[in-house]
This record gives sequence, structure tokens and C-alpha cells, in this order.
Amino acid sequence: MSPLTSAMPTIDYGAIAPVLIVLGGACVSVLLEALLPWRVRGRVQLGFTLLVVVAGLLAVIVRSTSGAPAVTTLAGALAVDGPALFLWGTLLALAIPSVLLLADRSVEPGGAFVADPVALGEAEEKEKAREARVAVGARSGGGGRSRARTGGGDGAGRDGAGRDGGRGRALRARDTVEGHTEIHPFVLFALGGMLVFCAADDLLTMFIALEVLSLPLYLLCGLARRKRLMSQESAVKYFLLGAFSSAFFLYGLALLYGYADSVKLADISQAAAGSLRPDSLLFGGLALLVVGLMFKASVGPFHTWTPDVYQGAPTSVTAFMAACTKVAAFGAILRVFTVAFGSTVWEWRGVLWAVAIASMVIGAVLGLTQTDVKRMIAYSSVAHAGFLLLGAMAITPAGLSATLFYLLAYGFTTVALFGLVSLVRGPDGEATHLSAWAGLGKRSPVVAAAVTFLMLALAGIPLTSGFTAKFAVFSAALADGMTPLVIVALVVSAVAAFFYLRLIVLMYFSEPAADGPTVSVPGPFTTVAITLGVVVTLLLGVVPTAVLGWADGLSFLG
Amino acid sequence: MSALLLALLLLPLIGAAVCGVMAGRENLDRAARAVGLGFSAVSLVLVVIVWSLFSTAPDAPRFQGSLSVEWIPAFGVSFALGLDGIALTMIALLSVLVPIVLVFAAADKLPPGRTGAGFTALILATQGVLVGVFAATDVFLFYVLFEAMLIPMYFLIGRFGGPRRQYAAVKFFLYSFLGGLIMLASVIGLFVASDTRLGQGTFDWTALQGMAAQLPLSTQIPLFLGFFAAFAIKAPLVPFHTWLPDAGAEAPIAGSIILLGLLDKVGTFGFLRYTLPLFPAASRELAPLVLTLAVIGVLYGALLAAAQTDLKRFVAYTSIAHFGFIALGIFAFSSQSIAGSALYMVNHGISTAMLFLVVGLLIRRGGTADMTEYGGVGRAAPLLAGMFLVAGLSTIALPGTNSFISEFLVLLGSFPNQPAFTVIATVGIVFAALYMLWVFQRTMTGPLRGAAVVGDGPGAASAATFGTETGDDSWMRRTTARFGDLNRGEIALLTPLVALILVLGFFPGPVLEVLDPTVAATMSEVGVPDPVTQNGVAR
Repeated sequence: MSPLTSAMPTIDYGAIAPVLIVLGGACVSVLLEALLPWRVRGRVQLGFTLLVVVAGLLAVIVRSTSGAPAVTTLAGALAVDGPALFLWGTLLALAIPSVLLLADRSVEPGGAFVADPVALGEAEEKEKAREARVAVGARSGGGGRSRARTGGGDGAGRDGAGRDGGRGRALRARDTVEGHTEIHPFVLFALGGMLVFCAADDLLTMFIALEVLSLPLYLLCGLARRKRLMSQESAVKYFLLGAFSSAFFLYGLALLYGYADSVKLADISQAAAGSLRPDSLLFGGLALLVVGLMFKASVGPFHTWTPDVYQGAPTSVTAFMAACTKVAAFGAILRVFTVAFGSTVWEWRGVLWAVAIASMVIGAVLGLTQTDVKRMIAYSSVAHAGFLLLGAMAITPAGLSATLFYLLAYGFTTVALFGLVSLVRGPDGEATHLSAWAGLGKRSPVVAAAVTFLMLALAGIPLTSGFTAKFAVFSAALADGMTPLVIVALVVSAVAAFFYLRLIVLMYFSEPAADGPTVSVPGPFTTVAITLGVVVTLLLGVVPTAVLGWADGLSFLG
Repeated sequence: MSALLLALLLLPLIGAAVCGVMAGRENLDRAARAVGLGFSAVSLVLVVIVWSLFSTAPDAPRFQGSLSVEWIPAFGVSFALGLDGIALTMIALLSVLVPIVLVFAAADKLPPGRTGAGFTALILATQGVLVGVFAATDVFLFYVLFEAMLIPMYFLIGRFGGPRRQYAAVKFFLYSFLGGLIMLASVIGLFVASDTRLGQGTFDWTALQGMAAQLPLSTQIPLFLGFFAAFAIKAPLVPFHTWLPDAGAEAPIAGSIILLGLLDKVGTFGFLRYTLPLFPAASRELAPLVLTLAVIGVLYGALLAAAQTDLKRFVAYTSIAHFGFIALGIFAFSSQSIAGSALYMVNHGISTAMLFLVVGLLIRRGGTADMTEYGGVGRAAPLLAGMFLVAGLSTIALPGTNSFISEFLVLLGSFPNQPAFTVIATVGIVFAALYMLWVFQRTMTGPLRGAAVVGDGPGAASAATFGTETGDDSWMRRTTARFGDLNRGEIALLTPLVALILVLGFFPGPVLEVLDPTVAATMSEVGVPDPVTQNGVAR
């Protein structure tokens, strides 16, 4: 069949509107980046990005309340069904606080990202001009000349800033040069990739979405204004390991194609149910595929990148990545397990028991030994990935709705938590070492109270969303005969509670260090993001009915 | 009555919120304490009204004043409250103790940077959540509040406690949280079982009781063990008790009273309300295990209490012995022993509160909890020593004090079913007399001595050398004046407890009357023939 005779697939534009809005917005955002002068770019880009995200969210809401039936569209590439809409809603809802955190410039002057080259050039020119003027003034004044000359290097210039008022202003201006505004198109592309990733109905689409969501994230990780080396190291590490896991995914895809003659999830399921072909292709393919997916979801033992990247990336990027990537990855895991491998669940689930136990134990035990807040949260996310896997492995409606609820709850808690982490600052950027948090309860009771509440949510204390989510997942797992796993999960929860508690102890029961960090007063963006996260965490703990009701009764197409 | 019950739950929480808001302002501190006391006083009045409305007729429903509002329909959870006799007595005890504790704490010196308003808020929050724990008739709600009550107590120990408070607070939290999580496994198990058996998952206590009691033994045992682990840690029974001496010793006196007097009762309350009625077959099957732990607790707690030199740890270990008695009575399955245990829970709360208050007053004067630093307090402060004696005798269950009735009922009721365990536990009474009287003798009687009493001033050396019997009179007067006996406020604070100890020692009838219908219901749920009625022995 020649390409000319093949008919164009029908496209249900209504169904894929959110994806089109976000990816189209990303393209427009690139144009804005190219055309607008840097002075107005930051504000316009932020406004535009938020607009796109909100429009996408509205499209999701309209679609899911319209009662339109679940469809596959784009020649079966995307399945817009109940879980996909729930995941889209979750991703877009989480994107709002994430974008606000990314755009914040109140905490770090100029934003958390490395300075925009154009803006930086202008600032440097200004500085040079001023320096020349100062030098002229100094020559006429006499003795100050040598001092003015020492201000060549960046560090020396900083030292000089305190002594010389005029130069200090120029340096401050340079220090507060607006950060890269490319982050906005990056975020939109990543978000678009995530939307496709969790709705992809064939493995090839899923792979492309995986790359679309990953590449902008790799870049975002390396853009931190402070601690450049750590940030770049994290980007390289994430990229290399990510590329490696993509290769696994692709190899798995190839094996499955060899097995089923198709990359469609439903075809794989059918082939697995009624074929005499050798199972080694099927399960080999599944294993490699799962490695790729588990990597993205930072399930142990494929988690090794998580602590380094969480620590090195700018905190706002970490927030976005920790919340949204986890949602997208588990969305894909749920779909692959349910649609493609639901019929063979009894043959592969045993291996995943080991993976879930490893993830929970690694997260909790290694989390105990951490001394950095961001690394600690990273290990806690590994443990949470293990809990999530419990729900994902129970291929039952209860397991699906519990996992979906867990993703939403965990995402909001995490975003708010990273927002709070970004507020605690020392002389050289964020103070993420645990010792810096000592006595925080005395110096800034509101921040400490919010962190405490979110820590209790992560620990799964009742009346927080963390408890409701854990309860839903564990009851689904127990009902599906995974009692030993649930017991392991409960013990792990108790172990993990220790390191959440340690932070609370530090904040409230220890005396503050004399030269401890200061807590920045957050600007409106960060305040809104944190408040949103905390309120959702509380509401999902106290009145989870609405969201549970939405998640309940969803099912995958196919 | 259900409105009153809801008010009992919400009032302290509102009070806690008000005090919490006031905690930021230094100048409002005294006002916040007064507001807190006001809220607790209103709660006390409400409890008196509820008590008078509570029907003890044999045909009255198991739960009175019930109310139920749907909360999370997806899990079949509702916000359901109701009172049975045991819950009512526990809430009454709570409401009596909280005002006393607040008044006592008003004169306490707080650690630097802590406010009395914050302290009051935490005590009231604990009170509100505890009312919920005792009144919940939905197992999910019970679990939620069971975990939630850790948080105020954790901050109470960690922020207002002694030198090792961080360690004690974390240990307390982790032990209880671990127990809670094990119970969560059983709670989920119950839910799943109800989903398969009743066709719809529920957490309603009554529905679950009907369902769970029919489960086969092999299912009941793991579910029982989950609940049992949480309650045995909370109560605490012996191998799970190590957090209690630390928490009890490091918490401020007021916190220790709430912790040992009430919070720990949730464990024994849980045995009565959850493990026995929900898993009767497993309870019967595993009773020997629990009884063994209980009897070990009676003896081990008593022996360790005798060996303590820290007054607060001493009280904590005596409580471990008492919890052994309570568990013995519960798992001996006779109406007398269970009624005795339920009464014991009230009496132990009163005696322990009294003992802790006296110890607190002593520490306030001497500045240390180390009992080797005290000696001959009876000469310097005869009233204080007298109160210590009353508290001590009530703790060791001297006839005429409240504890005697309950301890006697437990032993009497347990003997027909479990003679061996009962006989061994009786030995514990002798140990109790030993540890209490020994402490009294070392700290209260004899000549004035010890650094905390006589201080390091002039004359201390001569007192140590020659004794004060023949010593210098003016020195003794000075020491006595410095140490100081109870003042009027302190006497007024202790009076209600002394009155309760004596009144319940002679007239336990009103409390037993409230307890009896619930005890009878529990007996029928366990399904063990009652040796008391069988032999025709009337109480």
C-alpha cells in the first residue's frame, strides 16, 4: 500500500483539545521568546503560560463533565478515557503552582534560574560604563585607584560591593538580572509530553512522549543560578541515565513488537491471551519496558538519579518534576499494566512484588541517613513510589482509583513542600542542610507549621491527604490478596515517619543556630503555590469525597 | 444528648484554637490560661449533665446520644459518635482532671520561649481528641483520632518537657505510630472483610461487630493481633512498655497526668471496645498470652518501680503494674473482673493524677525529681507528706480508698476462670506496698536531710553530721520556711481528688451502675459463660 492511498485518520479534536492547547501554546511561547524584548518577556511569558495551563484545565473539565464517551483517536495513538482525563486534570492542576514557583522572583532576586544572556550583556555593559566613571573619579581623588581595579573577578567584585556604594549598585543590578525565560516553553513542552505520555495507547507514541517530556526537564535541571556545578552535574546525570532508560524502553518495545506484530497496547494484550508464541519475547519486552517506566517514576532500584537530581536542580524545577513526572509515569504504568498486560498479571506480578518491596525499603532506610532536606524528600518519593506501585499492581477498579487519588494528593503535597524548602535561605542560596533548619519553629512559626503539616501528610497521619491516599491504596492491595506487601508497606511507613519527624523535632525542639539561615518572605506567586498545596492536602484529608467519587468508577479503554 | 456529646468534643477543640491564636501575644498569656480553664470548666458542667441523662436501664441501647453523619461514602465512613458506660466514665474522668491539671500548670515555670497559652492549647486539643476517641462508634473515625491524639501529646512532651524531651517525644510518637499502623492493617482487613461479607464496605461499629464475630478463627487471629499490638503499646503491656517511663518522666507533670491517666487508658478501653467484641473467638483463644503479659507486667512493673530513684519514672512504673491488673481483669472474662477493670481505669486515673500532683509539688519545692535528694520532708512540710501518703495508699489499693474496690473486683472476678494467674498477680499487691512505703519512708520520714530539702546553705553540714533531732532549732525553722508546706491554693487543688479517692472508696455504686450495662453487653459479645452468675454468687 503506497502512502498516497492511505486515508487520513479521523481526529477527534474535542477529545485531544487539552494536548493541542498545551503543545500549541508551547510553540507560541517559543515565538514569544524569539520576538519579545527581554524586558517584557518574563511577565508576558508567565501570563501566557498560566493562560495555556488554565485553558487546558478548562478543556479537561468540559470534556469530563460533558459525558462524552471514551475514544481512541489519531489512528489509535491516544486514548481519551476516564483515567486519562483524571491524569490530565491532575497534571494541569499541578502545573499551576509549579509554574508560579518557577516564575517567582521574590525569594531569589532575578529568579532561581541562570541569567538571561542578553539581559546579562546589557547589565555588564552598564557596569563597565559605571566602573569607567568610578575609575576617572578615583584618579582625580588619588588613593582609591588600586581598589577600583581589584573588582575584575566576580567574587572579588562581590567583596568590593560592600565597600563601594556606587559599584555595589551596579553589581546588584547584575546579580539580579532576570533569569532565562526559556523555562516557560520548556515547561509547556514537558507538560505536553506528560499529557500524551499518560494517554498514549500505543508504545511508540508513548516513547515519543517520553522523550518530549524528558528533554526539557534535562535542560531545566541545569539552569540553577546558584550552585551551578551541582545543577549541571544533576542535568548531565539525569540526561545520561534517562537516555539509558529510554534505550531500555525502546528495546522492550522492539521485543513486544516482535511478539505481537503491533505496538498497540490492546493488540499486545490480545496476542498474549491467545497465542502460542514464545513467552520469552513477551516477558523480556515487558521487563525492559518496565525498567524504562520505573526509571521515570523513580521506583527503586531504578531510583539512583533521584536524590542527585532533586538536590541539584533548582528547587522549583524539582517541585515540577517530583509532582508531575511521577503522575505521568504512573499514569503510563497503570495503562500499560491494565490494558496490555492485564491478562497475564499472575505471571509477572511476583517480580513486581520484589520491586515494590525494594523501592519502599530503599526509600525509607536510605532516607533515614540523609542530612539534606531535598535528598530526604527524594528518598521519601522513592518510598512513595513503592506505595503507589502497590495500587498499580492491583489490576482492579479499586486499585486504579486509589492510585489516581494518591497521585493527586502526593503531587500537591510535594509542590507545596518544595515551595517551602525554597524559602529557607542562607548566605549562598537555599539552606537545605538539615542542621540549618534547627529552631525554625521559633523564628518563622508559619513556615514551620506548614512544613510540619506537609511532613505529617507524607507520613500518612490521619486528617491529611496522605492518610486517605495510603488507606485507599492499601485497602485495594489487601482486597487483591497482597497482604504481605501491605504489612511491609505499613512497617516502612513507620520507619519513614522517623525522618519526617526528625525535621519536626529540629524545627520545634532545638534551639536555633546563631548564624542560621533566614526565611524569605515569599512573594505572591510562591505564597499562592504553597497555600494551594497545603489547602488541597488538608481538604483531601478531611473531605476527600468529591475527588474519590471522580476517581471511582473510571476505567481504561481497551 | 447527642448535641451535648458533640459539644463535649468540639468545645475543647475550639478552646484550643482560641488559646492557640492567643499564644502569639505575651500580654495575653494569663488571659489565655483563664480562657482555657473556662472552656474546661464548661466541659465539666456538660459532663455532669450528660451523666445525669445517661440511662442505666437494662433495655437502654448500647450507645446513647448517638449521632452519625456520612463522611467519606466511598469507604463507608461516617462521623459517628455515641456513649456507652465505659466511654462515659472515661470522658467524665477526663473532664475532671483537665481543669485540675490546668490550674496546677499555671504556677509552673515554662521552658524559655514557651507560652502558657500554647501549653493550654495543647492540653485542650488532647482533651477534645480524647473525647472523640472514647465516643467514636465508627472504627475509621476511631483510628483517625487514635493517631491524631499523638500530635498534641508529642508537642506537649517535646516542647514543654524535661532535659531529654526530644528523645522521649520521638520515642513516644514512633512507638504509638507503629502500633497504629499495625492496627491500620487490621482496620483495612475488617473493611475488606465487610466488603465481601456484607456486600458493602462499612466501618460502623455495630455492623462490624455483627460481621466480625462470625469470622472464622483463622481470620480473627491476625485481625485481633493488629488491634492488640496498638493497644498493648498504648496501655502498655510489658514487652512494649519502654516508651512510657521516658515519656512519663520527661513530660511536664500536667502532661504526664493526661498521658498516664487518660491517654494510656485508650489501650485498655480498646481491649474492651474493640478486641473483645469484634474478635471474641480470637480473644478467647489468645487470652492466655495476654494474661501472661499482664501478670508479668504486674510483677515486673512493681519490681522496677521499687528500684527507681526518679520520682516521675517511679510513678510511670507503678502504672505499668496497674495496667497489668486491668488487662488481667479484661481477659479473665467474668462480669466482675471486667467491671473491676473498667472501674480500675477510672481509679487509676484519679490515684495517678493525685500522685503526680504531689510529686510535682515536691519537685517544685526541691527542684529535682531525684528521690535520693529528699529526706524527712514530713518535718518541713507535714501536709505535703500527708497528701503523698493518701496518694500512695490509694495507689496501693488500701481498703477505704477507691483503688481497693476495683483491685478487689478484678482479683475476685478473675479467680474462678484463671486461678493461677490471679494468685500470681496477688503477689503484686505485696510488692506494691513495698515500693510505695519504701519511697515514702526514704523521702518523707526521718530527720531533715538531702540536698533538695536542706539546700547547701550553712547548717547543712551540721545537719548531715549530727542529725536534726538534737540540732539547732533555728536552722530547722529556716529550712522549713524555705521549703514551705502546701499553701491554700495547693490544698484546694488536691481536695477534689482526695474527696474522689475517699468517696469512691466507700460508695463506688454510682460509677458501677453506669458501667454495668456495658459490661454485661461486652460479656454477651464475648460469649463466655459468666462464672459469677453461673455459680449464683451475687455481687
